Order: sequence, then structure tokens, then C-alpha cells
Amino acid sequence: MSMPTAMPQAPIPQTTERENYLNTKYGVWSWLLTTDHKRIALLYLLSITFFFFIGGFFALLIRLELLTPAGDLVQADTYNKLFTMHGMVMIFFFLIPSIPAVLGNFLVPMMVGAKDLAFPRINLLSWYLYIIGGVMMLHCMLTGGVDTGWTFYAPFSTNFTNTKIVEAGLAIFVAGFSSILTGLNFVVTIHRMRAPGMTWSRLPLFIWAHYATSIIQLLGTPVVAVTIVLVAAERALHLGIFDPKLGGDPLLFQHLFWFYSHPAVYIMILPSMGVVTEIIACFARKRIFGYSFVAFSSIAIAVFGFLVWAHHMFVAGISVYSALVFSLLSYAVAVPSAVKVFNWTATLYKGSIHYDAPMLYAFGFLGLFTMGGLTGLFLSALGVNVHVHDTYFVIAHFHYIMVGGAVMGYLGGMHFWWPKISGRLYPEGWARLAALIVFIGFNLTFFPQFVLGYMGMPRRYYDYSHMPEFQVLNVLSTAGATVLGVGYLLPMAYFLWSMRYGKPASDNPWNAAGLEWKTASPPPTFNFEEEPEVTWEAYNYEELDAPHKEGVPVA
Amino acid sequence: MASRVDALYIFLLIVTGMMALLVFTLVIFFAARFRQRSGVSAEQIEGSTPLEIVWSTIPFLVFMVIFAWGAVVYFKARTPPTDATEVYVVAKQWMWKVEHAEGQREINELHVPVERDVKLIMTSQDVIHSFYIPAFRIKQDVLPGRYTVEWFRATKPGVYHLFCTQYCGTQHSGMIGNIVVMEPAQYEAWINGGSTGPLSATGEKIFAELGCVTCHRSDVQGRGPNLQGVFGKPVQLEDGRTVTADENYLRECILDPGAKRVKGFQPIMPTFQGLVTEEQVNALVAYIKSISAAKPGAKTNAGAAAPRNPGEDNIQAQAQPGSQVQ
Repeated sequence: MSMPTAMPQAPIPQTTERENYLNTKYGVWSWLLTTDHKRIALLYLLSITFFFFIGGFFALLIRLELLTPAGDLVQADTYNKLFTMHGMVMIFFFLIPSIPAVLGNFLVPMMVGAKDLAFPRINLLSWYLYIIGGVMMLHCMLTGGVDTGWTFYAPFSTNFTNTKIVEAGLAIFVAGFSSILTGLNFVVTIHRMRAPGMTWSRLPLFIWAHYATSIIQLLGTPVVAVTIVLVAAERALHLGIFDPKLGGDPLLFQHLFWFYSHPAVYIMILPSMGVVTEIIACFARKRIFGYSFVAFSSIAIAVFGFLVWAHHMFVAGISVYSALVFSLLSYAVAVPSAVKVFNWTATLYKGSIHYDAPMLYAFGFLGLFTMGGLTGLFLSALGVNVHVHDTYFVIAHFHYIMVGGAVMGYLGGMHFWWPKISGRLYPEGWARLAALIVFIGFNLTFFPQFVLGYMGMPRRYYDYSHMPEFQVLNVLSTAGATVLGVGYLLPMAYFLWSMRYGKPASDNPWNAAGLEWKTASPPPTFNFEEEPEVTWEAYNYEELDAPHKEGVPVA
Repeated sequence: MASRVDALYIFLLIVTGMMALLVFTLVIFFAARFRQRSGVSAEQIEGSTPLEIVWSTIPFLVFMVIFAWGAVVYFKARTPPTDATEVYVVAKQWMWKVEHAEGQREINELHVPVERDVKLIMTSQDVIHSFYIPAFRIKQDVLPGRYTVEWFRATKPGVYHLFCTQYCGTQHSGMIGNIVVMEPAQYEAWINGGSTGPLSATGEKIFAELGCVTCHRSDVQGRGPNLQGVFGKPVQLEDGRTVTADENYLRECILDPGAKRVKGFQPIMPTFQGLVTEEQVNALVAYIKSISAAKPGAKTNAGAAAPRNPGEDNIQAQAQPGSQVQ
């Protein structure tokens, strides 16, 4: 509340273009050898968008196949590869890097008031690792692909299928290191590079969410790497690890796999929660209700997230007692998620709510994430889990979290920070329309799948001609998927359009709090003209909206 | 089973429906009521610890109710009644092979009588499968290298879907079948028609053919343990542990005899891994169970008892083959 709070800002209406991170250098090498976190973020943006549309294309084929009960569009093996590749591409090459590697990369240094991440070269290395992994995955897909499902369950993956397990595994192994390095960079940056005055309790909640995410990336990803190595070892060298015929234990694989892959869900959703928190604060013009509870709930989710993996295994043959423990712990992890939803809701109370496109995505996130979370309560209830496990109920549930939640948040964040990233404004009307289309398309696609699941339709079935009763809901779902596809294409189109034709953005078009808005749009290479000093709390919207603005631009 | 699961499901629908309604109503109401108006600025609120405690504790308590209820349903689903009719299931890419204790075999079909507890003892020849009957709300993964168990009690005659729900390769979606629930009289006719004799009798034959009898003698203690009466009893192991001789233990002793050797016996038994099929292991297990079934007196009238609904503690599947041994 001290007087000179709004001082550091110096927005000047521009006629000639200022030097910024985009126009400072040109040429391919200035991008491929850059150590600027913002440029690396854009490299990631391009690459994950590419993989998103590949994964989306697979999804489209899956939905088309399921339009009719008979397996008539593709062959069984092709279908099995399609859902496998859809999962692998979307999870390892889109969702896990999505918000952290693009928005996180771009914003974490700026939000804490640093010039760059702690290890700029490691940051570039992480992108190259991602690309190497991605190229390996593409090569794997083009030369035959994999048909195990993204879960690689042994012993099917180790001794039965004759598809390219080792190659796909290596691709994920390499991409995993990219994820580890990003996490490492964030943890060190958040600990060591905060600007003077940027205390832990003044950090934007986006940073808290990324901190929690990074810890999971650091601690969890090595486990999946080890698991992949073990699969490769059993497959290539016939070491008995998972296959009982060789003296192994197939449940060991599931324990190892889910020990990473359950927390991985939080790698995808926590950053999205961080984005939504920023958006809600800005468009309600309010400090976040219960700041410290929202911050610590991120940490709680990261910690409890490591203790619930076996809830994927309630019918796998684990003991009744361990199932009880894991069910109980799953409810424990539901509490911090619920706390977040309640705090976001409470933040709206007595706000001054604007309906700009990012906020529409945040509303969409709230609705879809709540649905996803609540259906998680069904799955953690042991008795119900036995029935709906491995049915479309599960598919619907995790898409509500990982697409409804994570992708909604990602798109919301892209809209919110697009003026900062590109220096341009996107067309607001189109953006609101796209948000609406995505929300409707999403629900139309995935809500029917809850019903299908309770009716008993198993996942990973390409042919349900003996169960024609499932068709109506599948047709609805496929129709929804086409709507959803349009909703995803639209933002790509108008973002591209805006880069050339969009109106130039001011430094702070939303009048938002946070250090990233106190520098130019697009920001200069080292983010700030001079090192910022933070004397205000996070989300100081009261000061920003005060009628008498101290330190108003001089010009 | 189905009604127990459905009751919890409906409870969950109501509870989560109320939670969703609460959140959505508040969000929509706040969004409308506090939409931006000129001259009115947002009112800053720090937060409220009492509120945070309330909305952490109340959901947690509700969650605990769901947890406890779910646990009870699960516990019942996981604990087969001791007098259930036993059926062996062997899964392989991509079919379900079913063997009844009476000797009937079927593929991708399972005939069961109505209103009788049925326990499935399942294993896989290759990869992991999962035996799912949506109408009965039960599912259990079927693993290679061990037995897993599930049970149900069908309440209405009819034909129900059987699905494999653990992805198992190319024809995963073709690994489906029918559960045929029959009236008791019909079922008796079906189960006694054209079978090759009880499973345990097959097991006894294999037991002799493989030479098991030379060490595992039934009259005196041979070089291997006498197997009379061993099933279901605790066994002292060489390494000091005690295990219960259940189906999985018997299976392991056949395929990996050294792993849990009985106290006082030399490690001389060869492994039968690769020498016997899953079906033969099932038959051997069924045979060993049959010679543990009951006192000699009970055996003789067991055949007569089988058609009736056995209310006694003796397992019907064991009683039935008992009559064959003579």
C-alpha cells in the first residue's frame, strides 16, 4: 500500500517499434540457438501445436470408427495403433509440455522479475531433447507404430506385441528428460532469481502451481524412465522382470508405471489451475480469495498425488487392504482440489466481472474441471470402480480433467497472454465464439461417454457390433468431436491472423497485476529495462483500479 | 451385487449433483450479479480461515462416507462365499475357456444356475485380460502366472454380456461372450449332458500320468508331502514362514516347487512349468482340492447333495468329485 507502488511502469504510446525479443535478431539460427526463454517458449509453442493436431487427427479417426458399431473404417490393428498414438502424442508431446513449456517458459522469469530462467542453455537443451524425442516418435509412427495403449501394460508390451515398443519407449524416455530439465529450471529460478521484494507470499499463484508441477516432474519422471528401460530390457534381452513366464511380476509394471503416470495428471492440471487463478483475479478485478490456501493446495496436490497411484489398479489383483488405503488417499487428494474450486468461486463474490475471452475459458474450465473432479469421486469409490474401471466412464472422466481442465486452461492462458507474447490483440468476438464452441463441443463429445461407461462399454473396443445399444451415444460423441475440432482450429486461425493484422497491444491491455504486465508488449530480450523491485502484494487490483492513479504516465 | 453398486452410484449422483449444483449456481449467480458496472469497483476480500476450514472439512466428511460405503461394497465383491460353485476360467488371446467342476467345458460362454453363488477361479495363458460382466457390476483382471478370483450370484435367468476389459491385443474387442443364466432344472440338464467327467477326475489321471503319485503318496508319507487334506490348511515352510494352501499356493508348487518348499522335505521336485497347460494345472488343483474335501463319510452322499443348493460349509465343487474317486 505504499505510495510509489505503480512507479516502475513507463508505458509510452509507440509509433516506432521498440526493440523487443522478436525483432532483436532475425534468421533461423537466431531462433535455433537462442537462449531467450521467450523464444524457446515460442519454439515449444510451434512444436506442441504440431503434435496437438497430429493427436487430434488420431482422435478424429477413432471417433469416426466408432460412429458405426462394426469395425468398418480401419482394421483392428490400425485402430489399436490409433488410440495408442493418440494417447502417447497427446500426453507426452502435448499436455505435459503444454502450459509449463510454453506459458511457463515465457512467464515464470517475468513473473518473478528475472531476466531469464536460471539455466538458459539447459532450457534450450530441453527443447532439443523434446524435438529429438518427437522426431523419434514420428519415425516410430511412420514405420509401424505401437499398439499397446499408452499404458504399455506388461507382459503384452514386453513379450507379445510385435510393434515398435522399444522405439516408442525411447522417444518418451528422451522427451522425459526435457520435462525433467524444465522442472529443474523452474525450481531453481523460483528459489533463487526472484526480484528484490518478491517474497514467497507475493508470488503469483501461477508460480506456485508451476513450482508444485516442477517438483512432480523432477521426482516422478525418472521413475517412468526406469520403467521404460525395464520394459526394453525384458523385451530385448528377455530378462524376467514383468512376465511371469520369465519369473517376473506383471503388477510390478503397473505399480511403477502409475507411480509416475498418476502424478503426471497433476503435471497437466496444476499449471492450468495456475493460469485460471490469474485470469479469474484479473477479470474479477480482485485479490484471490484465500491466497495461501490456494498456494498450499497446489503443494498438497503434488504431495498427495504421489500417494494414490494404485487407484488405477483396484481390479488388477492387488489386495483388498491396499485397495482400501489407496481409495482413502484418493479422497484426501480430492480435498485440495475442492478447496481451489471454492476459492475461485468465492473470488467472484463482490468482484467486478468482465466477460472477456480469457474469462470465458476460465468459466469453461471451472465447469468442466468440477465435472471431472466430481466423477473422480465415483472412480475412487471402490465398489463403483469395479464396475466402471476400463469403461468409457474412465475415458470421459480423464478427458474432463485433461482436456476440459488442462486444455481449457491452456487456451485461456494463450488468450490472456497473447498480447504480451505477440504484441497484438486477437479479434475478441471470434475468441468468445471459439470459447463457446469448445465448451459445447467438449460436453457433447464426452458427456455421453459417462453414460456409455455405466452401461458397460469397455474402452479400446474398435468393434461393438454385438452391442448395438451403444450406437446412439457414440454418434452423439462423434458429432461433438467435430464441433470440438472446429473450436480448436479457430484460435489457431485468428492467432495467426492477428500476428499480421491484429491491433498492436498496449503493455497492459487488461490492466492486469503481475510483473509481466509492467514491461513492454512484446517484452525486450532481458524482460525489464531495469530490475524491478516489488513493494506490493500479488493481485493488487484495488490499486490498479483506484480512480486516482498515482504515477500515471508522464507522457 | 448389481443393486448394491447401483445404490452407491445413485447416492454418488445425488451428492455430486448437489455439489455441482452448488458450485455452478454460485458461479453463475456471482458472474451475473457482480458483472462489471461503471462506478462500482470490486470489493477486496482477503479470505477467511473459518470458511476454508468449513469447506475443507465438510467435503472431507462426505468423502469419508462415500469411501466407507464403497469399501463395504468392494469388500463384499472381493470375498466369495465359501460354499460357492467353482468354475475355472482360462483366458487367452482372444477367447475365454471355461471349465466346470463337473467336467463341462465351454468357450466364450458361461452357463450358470440362477440364485446360486458362483466363484470364478481365473488365470491367463498369455497377457492380462479382465473378466467383466456389466450387468452384474463385476470385473476382475485375469493375470498370467496366478489365480485371481471373482464371484457373483445371478438373480434373473437370461443372457448377459461378457467383455474383456483389459486391452490384450488385436482382437481385444472380439474377446466377448455370453453369460447364460438358467433355471436350476435346465442347468442340471445342461451340466450333466455329454461331459468328459469331472475336472478332479481328469486331474487324478494327470496326477498319475505325470508320476506325481510316486512321491505324493496317499497312504504313507512319501518323498513329497502327503496331499490328503492339505487344501485350505496352513503349511509350515522350510524358511520358517507359514502359508495357507490355497489355489495360488498349489499352483505355485506345481510350477515353481522350490519357491515355497514345505518344511522337512528335500528340494527334489522338478518344475512343471511348460510341461502342463493351464487347463491341466486347473485339473490338478481341482483334484488336490477334492482329496482334501471332507471326511470319507461325507464323500459318499456328496453326489446326491450336489443338485440341491448346498448350504453346508463344504464346497459343493469339492463334494461332487468326491463321489467319483471311489
